Amino acid sequence: MTDHRPDAGQPVTAVGEVRAGGSPDGGRLDYGGPWRRVSRKYVGVVVAESIVTGVVLAGISLFFALVIGAWFGWWMLGASVLVTVVLLVVAPRRARAIGFQLRDDDLLFRQGIMFFRIVAVPYGRMQLIDINRGPLARVLGLSDLKFVTAAASTGVSIPGLPAAEADKLRDRLVALAESRRSGL
Amino acid sequence: MSEAGGGGAQRPVAPAAVRRAVEQLTDGKWHRLHWASPLLKGGIAFIAILAFVLANLRERLVELVIGQTGGPAGPGGGGRGGGGGGDAGRTFNGDPISAIYETGFTGVAILIVIGVLLLAVALFAVAWRMHSFRIGADAVEVRSGVVFRHNRQARLDRIQGIHITRPLFARLFGAARIELNVAGQDAKVELSYLGSRQVDELRRELLRRASGVQRAEAAAAVVAATTRSSAPLSAAGTSAGVVGAAPAATTSSPAEQSREAGILNRRVQELLGPELDLDAAPPESVVKISPLRLIGSLVVSEFTLVLLLVVAALFFSTFVLHRYFILFLLLPSVLGSLGYYVRRFSKAARYSIAATSDGVRVGFGLLSTSNDTLPPGRIHAIEVTQPILWRPMGWWMIRINRAGHASGRGGSSAPHTLLLPVGRLADVEKVLALLLPGLAGADTQGLVMEGLVARGRAASGFSRAPRRAQWLRPFSWGRTGLARTDDAVLLRTGFFWRRLTVLPLARLQSVRVSQGPVRRMLDIAELHFNTIAGPVRAELGVIDRRAAVAVFTEVSAAAVEALRADGSHRWAS
Repeated sequence: MTDHRPDAGQPVTAVGEVRAGGSPDGGRLDYGGPWRRVSRKYVGVVVAESIVTGVVLAGISLFFALVIGAWFGWWMLGASVLVTVVLLVVAPRRARAIGFQLRDDDLLFRQGIMFFRIVAVPYGRMQLIDINRGPLARVLGLSDLKFVTAAASTGVSIPGLPAAEADKLRDRLVALAESRRSGL
Repeated sequence: MSEAGGGGAQRPVAPAAVRRAVEQLTDGKWHRLHWASPLLKGGIAFIAILAFVLANLRERLVELVIGQTGGPAGPGGGGRGGGGGGDAGRTFNGDPISAIYETGFTGVAILIVIGVLLLAVALFAVAWRMHSFRIGADAVEVRSGVVFRHNRQARLDRIQGIHITRPLFARLFGAARIELNVAGQDAKVELSYLGSRQVDELRRELLRRASGVQRAEAAAAVVAATTRSSAPLSAAGTSAGVVGAAPAATTSSPAEQSREAGILNRRVQELLGPELDLDAAPPESVVKISPLRLIGSLVVSEFTLVLLLVVAALFFSTFVLHRYFILFLLLPSVLGSLGYYVRRFSKAARYSIAATSDGVRVGFGLLSTSNDTLPPGRIHAIEVTQPILWRPMGWWMIRINRAGHASGRGGSSAPHTLLLPVGRLADVEKVLALLLPGLAGADTQGLVMEGLVARGRAASGFSRAPRRAQWLRPFSWGRTGLARTDDAVLLRTGFFWRRLTVLPLARLQSVRVSQGPVRRMLDIAELHFNTIAGPVRAELGVIDRRAAVAVFTEVSAAAVEALRADGSHRWAS
């Protein structure tokens, strides 16, 4: 894991497998570079979300099984328990899979293990930055930072940043965007 | 303070007079709209009320006729204010007009009606007086509202397009609506209505100010601006030359000059010699669509196929199965869908597209005409596409993504993303020649045309997906590919619905590369190029993983570079 230096545009620690389209690695998409990871505490948020998902799914299953009396209700319950367990098992990896890089002129963001994606957004494309704090994230002192561009499909939302760091990162991104501003 | 409608009367006005009126409009002081604006804005309500009244009267007339043939003669009657005239005074129980007549309150009723009318007129007049606008050097400001004051200001260099509409009703009054679109949800400044003749000139003036020419002039650096901008604009200039050469009708010297001079030179000439009105003549349309072809393109569509299937199912259920409820259920919507054709036709009829000095102008509309000017650099993505049913005819259509429109907004006010409703390859070529300059280099067009025409996987210049991609794209894998030029990315996809997308890098918002479990097994990735929301979706579903990473690296760097070099928000300075 890496520390969280908001002012670091340069490599902090070379976490992340540097495999930019190189070695034979079973078709796995990856991208090299010094990825900065989100806070370790963010695992707690992912775990909580997984549990909530599991409870909701189990509730729906129980509703089918007990109230409606559908035959597949118990199967659904089993499946939702399984899904929850899998989610809980991969939660640390999911949290670790989120990363970002502040490159010279653009922000790189990665997410996902099974459904992996990387987005590159030039700083000059920033329209606004949102900082959201959910209830659990607030307890853990974390913030979500959302980088909004004119394209809705950009969808860069960096979760699990320590609150102070999120604020610093926002200020830095705004400054970067200001210095590279252009038309739409 | 002279209102905008002053010169908008039906009498012919010399261009010089129009220009003077526009100069007056753009002097930075507050002005009012066309005098008929309240009437035109309330036009629909007005027509609805009129229709309601007429419908009521018709009922009365029908009743009168039936009454005359069957019933006993009523107790005399004279001409009546509200009624249909003629023999009246019958016992129309429950009908307010007869009730009023019979109780003898006709005078009072007429007074009340007149009073309400006067009040309405007064209110509209006050609202009209309070609604004013001013056009400054770099912003347009509108204020309106009587009780709740509303003020909106838009910067001219943020204009994404200027849209002029002339609804049928407004055309009768010689009025037109001008709409300045800026990016954002419902972000527009609407001046409805102004004099129809001034609107075109006003648009020119607005675009001239938006382009930054005025600033350059103010800095006494027009010449410098010319030399600086001549390199990027030379492509545009030559394309304008092609445009000028295409229509045979233009033989006047201004046209010849415009053929030789670039866009900016022309504008500078215009500044230096205001008497030489180069753009006074309406620009010759480059592409025209015959109504027959338009109708053909609408009839030969997937929509028709579905409609035919539904009708066939209806016939089957009615005449073979003898189940009638489906008929009653579906017949109204089938009939209603015919309206779709009418709407599409009336929207795309009389289509024309041409280059002007301040961007591409698209005009269309059968009864309510509208035209739209897209300043340079306002197009975020271009897509040339061909539904499979059009292939025998060799028809294509061109759509674009542009800012300043709410994607959900329907109806006639929806912005025009369909830049070529239907056209042959030659038309596509001409339209692209209009759109691409200022977005992408000259080599792009050749690539596009090649990508469109080349059969299967023969298109050179385009990469293509590896053979293993056919698990995901059984037909189109050979056509799924990408090409790069210095300032644009071109995507070529689709087997049944052939599609070619041009993405100017200077407008690209972000790039995304992604991969799910299936693609991982195939060593394949997915590329998305995110632009402003619109009908064009720029994505490449299958691409070799390493190629994807390479393209991602390259394009994200190039996009930054293009963004830095981009100055199209002031396209002339």
